[in-house]
Amino acid sequence: MKILIKGGRVIDPSRNFDQVADLLIEDGKITAIEATINTNAADHVIDASGQLVTPGLIDIHVHLRDPGLEYKEDIITGTLAAVAGGFTSVACMPNTKPVNDNKAVTQYMINRAKNDGYCNVFPIGAITKGMAGETLSEMGELKEAGCLAVSDDGRPVSDGEVMRRALEYSRSFGITVVSHTEDLSLVGEGVMNDGFVATELGLKGIPWVAEDTMTARDVMLAEFTGGRLHVAHISTKGGVEIVRQAKARGVNVTCEATPHHFTLTDEAVRGYNTDAKMNPPLRSAADVAAIRAGLADGTIDAIATDHAPHHIDEKNVEFRIAMNGIVGLETALPLTLELVAAGTIDLPRAVALLSCGPAHALNIPRGTLDIAAPADVTVIDPSLEWIVVREELKSKSKNTPFTGRKMKGAATCTIVGGKIVFSR
Amino acid sequence: MAFNHKHILGTEYLSREDIQLILDTAESFREINTRSIKKVPTLRGKTIINAFFENSTRTRLSFEIAGKRLSADTVNISGSTSSVTKGETLEDTARNIEAMHPDIIVIRHGHSGAPHYLAERLHCSVINAGDGAHEHPSQALLDMLTMRQHKGEIDGLKVAIVGDIAHSRVVRSNLYALNKMGADVHLAGPGTMMPSGIERLGATVHYDIRAAIKDADVVMMLRIQLERQGLTLLPTLREYARFFGLNDDVLKLAKADAIVMHPGPMNRGVEISSAVADGPQNVILGQVENGVAVRMALLYLVSGGEQAVE
Ligand SMILES: [Zn+2]
Ligand SMILES: [Zn+2]
Repeated sequence: MKILIKGGRVIDPSRNFDQVADLLIEDGKITAIEATINTNAADHVIDASGQLVTPGLIDIHVHLRDPGLEYKEDIITGTLAAVAGGFTSVACMPNTKPVNDNKAVTQYMINRAKNDGYCNVFPIGAITKGMAGETLSEMGELKEAGCLAVSDDGRPVSDGEVMRRALEYSRSFGITVVSHTEDLSLVGEGVMNDGFVATELGLKGIPWVAEDTMTARDVMLAEFTGGRLHVAHISTKGGVEIVRQAKARGVNVTCEATPHHFTLTDEAVRGYNTDAKMNPPLRSAADVAAIRAGLADGTIDAIATDHAPHHIDEKNVEFRIAMNGIVGLETALPLTLELVAAGTIDLPRAVALLSCGPAHALNIPRGTLDIAAPADVTVIDPSLEWIVVREELKSKSKNTPFTGRKMKGAATCTIVGGKIVFSR
Repeated sequence: MAFNHKHILGTEYLSREDIQLILDTAESFREINTRSIKKVPTLRGKTIINAFFENSTRTRLSFEIAGKRLSADTVNISGSTSSVTKGETLEDTARNIEAMHPDIIVIRHGHSGAPHYLAERLHCSVINAGDGAHEHPSQALLDMLTMRQHKGEIDGLKVAIVGDIAHSRVVRSNLYALNKMGADVHLAGPGTMMPSGIERLGATVHYDIRAAIKDADVVMMLRIQLERQGLTLLPTLREYARFFGLNDDVLKLAKADAIVMHPGPMNRGVEISSAVADGPQNVILGQVENGVAVRMALLYLVSGGEQAVE
C-alpha cells in the first residue's frame, strides 16, 4: 500500500523542515519527501493543498480508563478520540483499576491497543505500588513490558524520600518520572483556584503555592539525584519560572502544559460549571500569560491534554463533589492553533509542541517525518472552522468546558503506521 | 415597581430597587406579626418546601413561620433525613421535589451553588437559605431591615463585619447588598479567615478589629465555627476572644449609638462578650423578628406578589 500526500505544507520541526512538498508512504514507512512525486507511484492520493502535513501528533498525558473504568472511556473510544484529534500516539496514565503497576496490566493495555485501538498507545507505569506513595513499583519489569515512563498521576508522591528513591531508581532503566506536583496539605479541601472567583463563589481555594512548592521540591530532587523528571500539567506562573531556572542550571527536567491551562482562567468556573473543574485548577490570567510565555520560549516542552473522561453522573452534581478533569483529545489542536493566530507562537513551534517536543520529553520513538521513520502522519486543515458539539465527540465521555466554542483547525486525515485511521 | 425575579439565589442578583422593594414589603408584613391573628390568606393554596440539607433550626423555623403566616402549605425536608447522606444525588432530589409540584422551594445546602443547580432544573421558585460559604440573602436583607429601623437610612452608614470572613455566606450577601445601598463596609478578622480578593467585593479589609470598628454605626459579629478548630485557622478560642472578640472596651471605639448585630447563634465569650450580647446596643432579637417579615416578603414577591396585603 502506497499513500501519496500531495501539495501540503510539510512541517517537521524535528528536522527544521518546512516547505510545500509531496510525501510518500510505503509499507508503513515514510519513503520520500520531494517537491513533486509522481501520482502514478501511489495506490491512494491525498490532496493536501492548503493543508499542513505534520508528524503524527503525540499526547503524552491521557487517561484511557481501561481497564476497570470503561464506563468513562476505553482503549477503543479513547484512541478513536485521539485520531479524530490528529493524535497518532498517546501515553496513558496508570490510574486504572487495577493500577498499572505491574506487567500484566501493561501488556493488557498494549495488546488491547494493538488489536482494537486506532493509534499507538504507550503505557506509563506507576511510580509506587498501587499509587499509594509508599513502595516503589517494579520499574524494571514495567519498562521491559513496554512502559516508557512512570507516574502516580492523579496523586503526588507526597513523601520526599520515596520521590528521591524513585528518581534514583529510574536511572537504571532510563525512564522518566512524571510528577503530578501538588502539596496536598496546602490543597486542603480546595476545589478551584484560590483567588477572587473562589472568594466570590464561596468555594474553597487551591493556592498556586500548593503546586509550586512541590514543583520546586521535585526539581531539586531531580537535580540532586540526576534522575529524569517531567512535570505534568504545569499551571502556575511560579512553576514555569522554577522549570525555566532549573533548565538553565542544566537539570534534567521537562514539562508540559494543557490547552485548558493556556486558554481558560478560573472565570470559567462561574455558574458552578463542573466542566471547568480540574486538577490542577484553572488559574489566573497572569498564570495563563506565563504558560504562554513558557510555550513560546521553550521552557515548556510539550502540550499534553490530560484527557480525563468522566461520566455525566460524575459531573452533574454540586461543584464541590464533582470529579476533576476534562476530555481534551479532540480540542487540543485547534486550541494550540489559537496560540498561533494570537501570535504567541509560530506554526512550526505549535507542531513541535504537539509532536517532537512530547516525543523527546518521554523518549517516545516518534514525532518525526524522517525517511524510514514509521509513517505516523497528520494532515491538518488549519482554516477548517467547526463548533464543539458534545454529541459529536468521539470520546465516550463529553466533559468539556469548550462546548459551543468556535474552533479553527482540525485534522482531516490521521495516518498511523501507514494506515489511514481517520479522515474527514 | 414590579419584582421580576423568579428565584432569590443571592443579593448579588438584586438591584438597589429590588432591595428597597423587599425591605418596604417586609415593613408592611411586620405589622401582621404583631396582630393577635397572625395570618393572611395571601399564599393560600401554595406549597412551599423547606429543604434543609444542613442544620439550621432558626432559619428553617423563620421560613416556616413566614410561609404559614401567609397561609401557604409548608413542608419540611430536614437535614437528618437528607437524601444526600443516603447517597442520592441532588439531581434525584430535585426530580423528587419536582414531582411534588411545589410553588417555592427554600433550600439550605452545605455546597456552594446547590440552589443555582436546583434553579436550573426545577420549574418552581428557588430561595437560597444559605449555600456553603457563598450566600445567605435573606439574612443580609433582614440585617438591612434592622439597620434601616435603627438608623433610618443605610446610605452612608459605616458597617463593620468581624470574624470568619472566609467561611461566611452572611458576609458575601451583606457585601453585595450593603454596597448597593450605599454603606461603607469594613471587614476584620484573623489573616487565616480573610479570603483572597474580598476587597474587590467592596470592602476595606483590616486584620485588627479596632480599626474596623472605629466610628462604626453598625458592628456585625460573625459566629466562629467551633468545629473549624482543627483546621489550623486559630490557635485557640481564648486567643480569638482576646484579639477579635467584641467586648465593652472595643465597642467604645464605635459610635456611641452604634448597634451590635449577630446572625446567631452566638458563642458567648468567644466572638461576643455576654455584657455586649445583653447590652443596650444589641439588636439581635430584633434581627430574628425581622427575619420572619423579610422571609414573608420574599415568599410573597417570588410568588408574583399579585394579591394585596390585607
Ligand atoms: Zn495530574
Ligand atoms: Zn492526568
